[in-house]
Amino acid sequence: MPLTQQLRDELLGCVPSLRAFAISLSGNGDRADDLVQETLLRALANIDSFQPGSNMPAWLFTILRNLFRSDYRKRRREVEDADGSYAKALKSQPEQTPHLEFEEFRVALDKLPQDQKEALILVGASGFSYEAAAAICGCAVGTIKSRVNRARSKLSSLLYVDGADDFGPDNAVRAVIGGGNR
Amino acid sequence: MKDSKTSPTKGLAGAKQGGLSADIQARIGHQLRAIYDEVVRQGVPPRFAELIEQLGSAEVQTAAATADELAAKDNGRV
Repeated sequence: MPLTQQLRDELLGCVPSLRAFAISLSGNGDRADDLVQETLLRALANIDSFQPGSNMPAWLFTILRNLFRSDYRKRRREVEDADGSYAKALKSQPEQTPHLEFEEFRVALDKLPQDQKEALILVGASGFSYEAAAAICGCAVGTIKSRVNRARSKLSSLLYVDGADDFGPDNAVRAVIGGGNR
Repeated sequence: MKDSKTSPTKGLAGAKQGGLSADIQARIGHQLRAIYDEVVRQGVPPRFAELIEQLGSAEVQTAAATADELAAKDNGRV
C-alpha cells in the first residue's frame, strides 16, 4: 500500500501524543524522542500491515510500547534521570502544578513497576479505553484494570501519606487485604 | 458519580474504587495529565515533520533499511 498523504497526516497527528507517552514512560526527553523516531521508522517500514481505517494511534502506541520494553530490559540499570533531562524536556513546568509537587510525582511515577506505569499512563493520560490499553499491552482487560488500580494505590502511598492518615482505618484495611491477597 | 453514598462529612473515605478515595484518584489523574498534556502542547518538533516528509516521498524500502540500520546501531550502542 502506498504511503498516501492522508496516512502521512495521520502519522504526524499522532506525534504529540506519542512523545507524551514516550516521555511519561521513559522519564527522559532525549530518549523519548529517539523512541518516537524509531517508532515512526518502524511504522513506515511496516505500513503495509496497517489496515486503513483502523486505529492509527493504538497501532503506533503498540509499536512504541514494544520498542520501549525491549529497550527497557537492556537499560534498566541506567534509567535514573539524575541531571533532570526529563524536566528540561518539558521546557516549562506543567501549569498549575507547583514545582516540588511535580518533581515528587515524577519520582513516584518512575518507581512504579513497568506494567503498572504503562497501564496507568495509557488509561489515565492517553485516554485509551481499558479495552484499547489491553490490546496495546497484549493482555486481558481485567489485567489492565488491576494494574491501573495497583498503580494508583502505589502512587497514593508514595505521595499522599499525610492525606491517607486522615482516614487511617482504611490503611489498616488495605494492609490486611493486601497481605491476604498474596 | 457512581456512588451516591458519598457524604460531605465522610469526605475522602466516601467514594471508593480500588481502595482509593475519589479525591486522591482525581489528584493522580490531574498530575499525570499535567505532564502529558504539557508535552502534547509542544506539537510536532521539526525533526519529525521532516522525517515523515522525507520518508513519505521516498520508497518504503528506504524506511525499512533505515529502521534496520537504527536497530543495528542501537544494539551496538548498548
